[in-house]
Amino acid sequence: MSDNSSKNGIMGWIDARFPLTKMWEEHLSKYYAPKNFNFWYYFGSLALLVLVIQIVTGIFLTMHYKPDGDLAFISVEYIMRDVDWGWLIRYLHSTGSSAFFIVVYLHMFRGVMYGSYQKPRELIWLFGMFIYLALMAEAFMGYLLPWGQMSYWGAQVIISLFGAIPVIGDDLTLWIRGDFVIADATLNRFFALHVVAVPLVLIMLVVMHILALHEVGSNNPEGIEIKKYKDEDGNPLDGIPFHPYYSVKDLVGVVVFLILFSVVVFFMPEMGGYFLEHANFVPANQYQTPEHIAPVWYFTPYYAILRAVPDKLLGVILMFAAIFMLFILPWIDRGKVHSIRYRSTSFKWLLGMLVVSFIGLGYLGALPLSDIRTFFARVYSIGYFGFFLGLWWISKNEKTKPVPERIQ
Amino acid sequence: MNKVLIIVATLLSPVMAWGVESTTYPNDEIEIDWDDKASMQRGARTFVNYCMSCHSAAYSRYNRVGQDLGISDEQVLEYLVFTTDVNGEKTKVGQLMKATMTPEYAEKAFGVVPPDLSLIARSRGVNWLYNYLRAFHVDESNPLGMDNSVLPVAMPHVLVELQGYQKAKKVTRVKRINNKDVEYEVIVGFDLIKPGSQSKAEYDQTVYDLVGFLDYLSEPYRQTRINVGKGVIIFLLIFLVLVYFLKKEFWKDIH
Repeated sequence: MSDNSSKNGIMGWIDARFPLTKMWEEHLSKYYAPKNFNFWYYFGSLALLVLVIQIVTGIFLTMHYKPDGDLAFISVEYIMRDVDWGWLIRYLHSTGSSAFFIVVYLHMFRGVMYGSYQKPRELIWLFGMFIYLALMAEAFMGYLLPWGQMSYWGAQVIISLFGAIPVIGDDLTLWIRGDFVIADATLNRFFALHVVAVPLVLIMLVVMHILALHEVGSNNPEGIEIKKYKDEDGNPLDGIPFHPYYSVKDLVGVVVFLILFSVVVFFMPEMGGYFLEHANFVPANQYQTPEHIAPVWYFTPYYAILRAVPDKLLGVILMFAAIFMLFILPWIDRGKVHSIRYRSTSFKWLLGMLVVSFIGLGYLGALPLSDIRTFFARVYSIGYFGFFLGLWWISKNEKTKPVPERIQ
Repeated sequence: MNKVLIIVATLLSPVMAWGVESTTYPNDEIEIDWDDKASMQRGARTFVNYCMSCHSAAYSRYNRVGQDLGISDEQVLEYLVFTTDVNGEKTKVGQLMKATMTPEYAEKAFGVVPPDLSLIARSRGVNWLYNYLRAFHVDESNPLGMDNSVLPVAMPHVLVELQGYQKAKKVTRVKRINNKDVEYEVIVGFDLIKPGSQSKAEYDQTVYDLVGFLDYLSEPYRQTRINVGKGVIIFLLIFLVLVYFLKKEFWKDIH
């Protein structure tokens, strides 16, 4: 700070009144990140990029969209056909929501693989989980807005889940919908929440997530603390300033991501019915249920758990428990070693089981029910929860490999 | 890593193999040629002549269709616009493509308003439409005298004067359900019993043109989307080379 206050010119003037240079240094030019970030470390900055894409395209969509039961569907088609570049804005937004979940799932998987949730980063993980929760709420409410058949009936199914809660269930669903069925009132409030309330919460949480990260410092694929060994200036020996090293590296990741993203936006925006479902090209009709209702792909793992349980209330409880388990992961894992590189073989098997179960559940949740599918959904559900139980079990006295002191 | 991938694939494999669903006849697949403007123009003519009496395409405007398919505004007004507003004035070229029949009248006549067809190709898919429009067959037990093997009858066969009347060829099949043999009939083909004004090949072409037009109508900006996309990808690939070397330059001292 002392160097900066003597600076002249515009920067000096600003720095005397606002900690601009200080913030720049703290979070970018003098934020020391481990030098060994690999492929998995692109997804944090990519999540931030997708957030920006969603906010910017969302602003332009709200300029033309009409949150009204009679006009919503038409206004989306108006955007697609009559608004200049409207189709592009809409496809960027619809593809962006799926991209957000892909990026966030990979980001979370990285955290589990390298123990980024472990002490002292429990709060970073918790903020991240709240971001994930807010993101699910944001995506769910956003999906109602095009007011297609799948918007309508998907929302109907998910809101009705709250009806399974004893005593208050029915009143609660009525309160959420603002009507006896999903109707104009529901659409209007979901619009308000999707456009104003949840984005505000999301942005606030993202700031807290990053502040907490920069307070303790980043984890890395070795799962060791770089702050243990510092040079005479007090900078970690195995760290490098985020800017310019990781800003240029992340830029490569950004461009690769944008290429893949553009392939979807320009050449396959429906993604075979997974990003934009076919039934959603039919306007919402409360008198006609579609043949097969499935939530969008990023919710299907939890939906599959719900359907795997014969009892509705128990299913709802297990579905929420599936998300809750992720929240308490830092306390389930009693291990001291962070990275998968130095953890036991049983940890690797457990993680493999989690991946298989989660993908399997996601696949099954998108399909209509059948006996054999329900059977496998149960197997995968056990596999999903088995990861957390197993991790708690094995991490007490885990046979780990010796962890190096420094990054090679 | 490879071992893990093989195990993952093996564990997921039972899930992948269950996609087999029963199919209806006819079950042909078509590929729409988006550059064949002549085919889409013919489809547009069929659409306004036969479909728009009842169905709207009300997210779309006449002149947009004209521009995209290479038809001038004058030609659009002459060959495609047959509707009037409530005062009897001819629909203008920039207006939305609404059905001849008002929704109120349709509700009284049919009990439901026939669905808007602007997006039908995106919700049903082109193959479904192609098969559906060729699947009407005589069935005396039905109030309309016709049934449809793709979707049990919901509307009259408007194109019957072109296609003629056909009768379904059925065979009996047996399926074991809960250890009991259950007999059921399936349609395996059609016999033409009274020809229409078009041959089978001509009628198939008419339906293909119509479905092609509906496919265009469901996403009129599709050609633009793909062209812009090619440019964007090329730009990003060049940009990728630049940022890759930028990163390499910055990182050359980091070991």
